[in-house]
Order: sequence, then structure tokens, then C-alpha cells
Amino acid sequence: MTPGSTSPSLQIDRLCCVRGDRTLFHDLSFAVSGGELLHLKGHNGSGKTTLLRALAGLLLPESGEIRWQGENIRALREEYARHLLYLGHHNGIKGDLTAVENLRIAAILDGYALDEETAWRILAEIGLRGHEDLPTKHLSQGQKRRVALARLLANRATVWVLDEPFTALDVAAVQLLQDVIHRHVADGGIAIVTTHQEVAMIGANTRTIELGRRDA
Amino acid sequence: MLEPLYWIIRRDLTIAMRRRADVFTTLIFFVIVVSLFPLGIGPEPETLRQIAPGIVWVGALLASMLALEQIFSADHRDGTLEQMLLTPQPVSVLVVGKILAHWLVSGVPLVIMAPVLGLQYNLSADVLLVLMASLLLGTPALSLIGAIGAALTLGLRSGGVLLALLVLPLYIPVLIFGAGAVEATASGLGGQAHLSMLAAILVASLVLAPLATAAALRVAED
Repeated sequence: MTPGSTSPSLQIDRLCCVRGDRTLFHDLSFAVSGGELLHLKGHNGSGKTTLLRALAGLLLPESGEIRWQGENIRALREEYARHLLYLGHHNGIKGDLTAVENLRIAAILDGYALDEETAWRILAEIGLRGHEDLPTKHLSQGQKRRVALARLLANRATVWVLDEPFTALDVAAVQLLQDVIHRHVADGGIAIVTTHQEVAMIGANTRTIELGRRDA
Repeated sequence: MLEPLYWIIRRDLTIAMRRRADVFTTLIFFVIVVSLFPLGIGPEPETLRQIAPGIVWVGALLASMLALEQIFSADHRDGTLEQMLLTPQPVSVLVVGKILAHWLVSGVPLVIMAPVLGLQYNLSADVLLVLMASLLLGTPALSLIGAIGAALTLGLRSGGVLLALLVLPLYIPVLIFGAGAVEATASGLGGQAHLSMLAAILVASLVLAPLATAAALRVAED
């Protein structure tokens, strides 16, 4: 965040998402602004992933709007994508490319150059020292996840939308990821995270929203 | 705009180089299909010369369709496709890059191999040259048109058959003008007009197909 710029804000206005013929949630409204961490909870099938995909702009909601800085993300499209980093169930890395190649390609497509040296440093930081130039198909599940998460360290996006980022990670990596997320939020970014695990997401500005509560 | 285009092509070519088996299946399929006909029909030179343009072209068309399914499916499976939709780059530009890389890997070998196969059919040098030219203009158009079908059938269980049903009818004009150019040259009429039509089809599909493919990919990831 450059000083003086307006604080980032993401508004969700009466959002309704339908999968098949099941309404996952309706009239869901909330807002997240810079420096906030939103922790989405809910049982399996409550629509966490659907909500995150809608927030990323991958999925068209049945009704309602998602607004970034007051404008619908459907209209902004690429302009919104510039501020967004989405990490889904899939790692989004190519098994035939090395960790360094994966990270650099992702950076270039995200619109900034990442030199070889920085890529190596980031991968070492995330605990992949010695595996930087192996094709990622030879890595373990947790290591692949780390390659995907390395994008968090390289990226300059404001809004992080992370779907189950802690799966397949060991204790050290979970700790590291928590630190990275908290640092991002402390820097004025937005993080929207889902987890099954009782990972301590509690920080200064954590809010929790629980989907699919059957209290209606 | 050109930088992501360059990188996506480089990325896909790197991946293709690391899994060369996929590249060769298309080419070998083309060689076998085209070589089967002389064996089945018999060695009558005049007959072979007459059917050559159609057979080489149908072979190239089927081979290029065979390769189509791979264009987006791997990226769809590992999640890199959804990441591409979320980049600030225009999706149609990325699509152009992917199609171009796909054509370089699956289409260009067909163009290079075609004159060798044409020799089996007793084609003269100038006819072989036109055959290559027609494939050079025609195969990228096939890749571009086929990409729409590949994007539409992404993630479907029996996608392969559906893809053929969707795409083959759209291939007909390319086939007619491609084979027509070779035939016209062989009969002494000159294939210029046919080649111009092929070029026109290529330009039109270059403009329209990436937009349609990008839209179809967004639907597939929804």
C-alpha cells in the first residue's frame, strides 16, 4: 500500500449462490477492508469454496454483487485481477516445470517481473532449499503446496483469497504461513481464508463468518 | 501485451519438450493414416495422384483434431488454467499464446512431414510445394477453430467424441480449400485462389476464435 491511497475495501452485497438446484447461501452481506483477516468457517458443503470462487470472480453468483472499491468486480475484471491473489484446492503449478520456473511464470502473468535470484531466495525462505530446480512432479504433496504458497511471498496483491491453505502442510510450514498472512494483514492487506483445522487464525483484526448455520 | 504472450508460448514449449511422447503421437498418427491408403488401394500411380490431396489433408485434419484435447485439459486439471483466468492479462491473449504453442508442436511437424508423404503418392515438386503452403495456412486455422471446441468440452467425461462432433463440421471449409488448392495445382489451374481463401479463413479465425475460446474457458471454470 502506498501511503495516501484510499484503503482497500471489498463489499459483498446480498450475495446468493446456487450449485445444482441447492441454494448454498443467500442474502449474504459483509464487507472487508484493509488490515482485516476474514476467517470463513462452515461444515463440508456449506459453500466456502463457492463463496471464495465467487470472490475471485471465477464464478458468477446467482444474484447480488461483489464490489471492489465500490465497483462491481464483473465490470472491473482485469483491473480487479491485478489486486487479487487466489489460491484454490489445486496448487496451480505445472508438474513438468521446476519450482523456480513455476514461480517466475506466475509472476509474469500476474504482471510483474521476478528475477531468477529473487525466486531462489523466496523458495529457500518457504523451505524448499535444494528443490528449486526439480520438476515439481517429483515433490511431495506438502512441498507442492509450498511452491504454490511461495506466490504469497512474491506477489504484491492486496486481496488474498486462500482456500484451505493449510492442507498438506507440516507444523513448521503452518507456522510460517500464519506469519506471512498476519504480516500481509498488518501491512494493510485483506486476507480471506477458509480452514477446517483449528489453526489459530486469531490476530489483531480477525473476523469469523460461519456459513451454513442451520438456525433459520 | 506481447510479453505474457511470449512467456506463455515459452512455457508451453518447455513443457512439450519435457514430454516429447505426446508430440510424436500426433505425427506418427498422421504418417500411418496417410500411408495406409496406398496399401489398401493399390499401387496404380494415376489413382494415387488423384486421391493424394484429399487423403493428406484428411490425415492432417484428423491428426490435428487428435491433439486438440490436450490443449487445455492438463492446465484445467492442475489449476493453472483458473490462475490464468485470474491474471490481469486479457484471457484471449493468453489463449492465442496457448494455441500458437500448440500449433508449433502439433501442426508444424505435419507441414514438414507432408511432402515426404506426398512422394508416396507420386506428386510432382510444385504440387508438393502447394501442399505445404496449404497446410501452413490451414493447420493454424484448424488449431484456432478446434480450440473453441476444446474449451467447450473441457472437463466433460466423454469430451473426446463430443469434441469431434463439434469441431469436424467447422473444419469442412478448411478441408475444401486446402485439398482444392493442391488439386487445382495438379490439374494445371493454379491454386492461388484457394490459398487466398485459406489465408482469409486463417485471419478470420485468428480474430474470432480466441474471443470465443476465452468466453468458453470462463464458462468451463464457473
